[in-house]
Amino acid sequence: MLVLENVDAHYGKSHVLHGVSIEVRAGEVVGLLGRNGVGKTTTLKAIMGMVRRTRGRITFEDRDLGGVPPHGLAGLGIAWVPEERRIFRLLTVLENLRTGLDRPGVTPDRRERLLEKVYSYFPILRERRNQAGGTLSGGEQQMLAIARAMMLEPKIILLDEPTEGLMPRMVAQIQEIVHALHRDGVAILLVEQNVPLTLDAAARVYIMEKGAVRHHASAAELRADQRVIHEYLGV
Amino acid sequence: MDQIIIQTLHGLVNGMVLAMVASGLTLIFGIMDIVNFAHGDLMMLGAFVGASVLGVTGNYWLALVVAAIVIAVLGALLQVTTLRPLIGRDPLTTILATFGVSLVIQKYALWQWGPSVRRISEPVPGEFTLFHLQYPWYRVATAVLAGLIIGGLWLFLKYGKYGIWIRATTQDRVMAQAMGIPVPLVYTAVFAIGSAMAAASGVLFGPFAGVTQTMGFDFTLRAFIVVVVGGMGNLGGSILASIFVSLLESYASIVVSPAQAVIVSFVVLVLTMLFRPTGLFVPTPK
Repeated sequence: MLVLENVDAHYGKSHVLHGVSIEVRAGEVVGLLGRNGVGKTTTLKAIMGMVRRTRGRITFEDRDLGGVPPHGLAGLGIAWVPEERRIFRLLTVLENLRTGLDRPGVTPDRRERLLEKVYSYFPILRERRNQAGGTLSGGEQQMLAIARAMMLEPKIILLDEPTEGLMPRMVAQIQEIVHALHRDGVAILLVEQNVPLTLDAAARVYIMEKGAVRHHASAAELRADQRVIHEYLGV
Repeated sequence: MDQIIIQTLHGLVNGMVLAMVASGLTLIFGIMDIVNFAHGDLMMLGAFVGASVLGVTGNYWLALVVAAIVIAVLGALLQVTTLRPLIGRDPLTTILATFGVSLVIQKYALWQWGPSVRRISEPVPGEFTLFHLQYPWYRVATAVLAGLIIGGLWLFLKYGKYGIWIRATTQDRVMAQAMGIPVPLVYTAVFAIGSAMAAASGVLFGPFAGVTQTMGFDFTLRAFIVVVVGGMGNLGGSILASIFVSLLESYASIVVSPAQAVIVSFVVLVLTMLFRPTGLFVPTPK
């Protein structure tokens, strides 16, 4: 469904991605592991058209994303949950959700169902729906960022370090939601540093180092033989 | 005492008109990070369009609506042709471009309507007596109408679907885009709304002092002052600052001539920049 072929990318003059090739099939959870600064986030930004791609091709359902404007990706079914969460801080929780709901073709009935669905996943968001996004705790903001992405009814979610800096209880909740999305048939490209969570949630894992994919294996293989993980992540 | 009450009324009325001009300017600044130096000239052009429509039809309210629509379309065209290609460039480039547009509009107005003052007759007749002074109802009606228009803008920004798009884009353009909000279109729409607000204020202000092709720059400056004093891009702050500055000017004109009273605004601007550069009417940033 989502295919990156030999993608090179630049930030200004520095060459940050070197021939990255990744594939995510429909409904599949794929992990992207690696230390800080190896290009995981940049890979997601390249998909979102936010960094300059200098070589290679990115296609989604056989459509080249090169000619799609940044605001056109949501309509194709690609949602992004950035590392910094990027909640609209002065908008209320409900207004944050509405940024993904107020699109053509969403009937009032479907809006209600979508909202009910995320509120059932994240009851705290219902409680705080009229509160400004900026007043939420880090974990609540992460939930809101995921809930906001779900409003787009995406085919794939690019999930960037969703558990970074969260308490264990919150991490467990995020893990649950990843499973729930998977059950709903949503594909996920999961960028993480949390190895156990990634090996639990993903079917396949890519490991990056210095802007390139160095290893690709099924999560089962990596669970059975953790040497690769030690080699690239030092854990 | 009479003087003070009269000048308070005067300051409030002028403040509401200024608030209307400034709210368009601050909306554009908030979302695009550019100061539109042609803003006052769009107001002036709106006043001329209004005066022309009034001349033909004799209907002031029609003139108000037509001027707003015509200048909204012109503003949208301006944004698409002149400012959109400059997005992402040095802000100075954009500021200079708006300066250029300002001059073009002024010269066009001079060529089209000449240097003389055009009058717009008052749509609401009558005066009321406040102590020994006659005060026209029209000015009061203008302040109320300006308040209603600003209130409408606020409701639209607060509850409307497109209002939420505008606020989301103002806060995080990149994330707004990722949520599927057509950001280039939002920019153009905001510019059109700001221009329409300017044009409507031009038609409202017309009966006060007449319409000339130089009135725009004066309003650009005053609106710029209140936008800075109110906190850049902060709508509520701009409105409060408009009223505050206009009241100060009114009170100052009890002592000195109105032309000298304008100096007060500049003093407020300089003091704000020195002691509270984030704006007077915003909470202290943490």
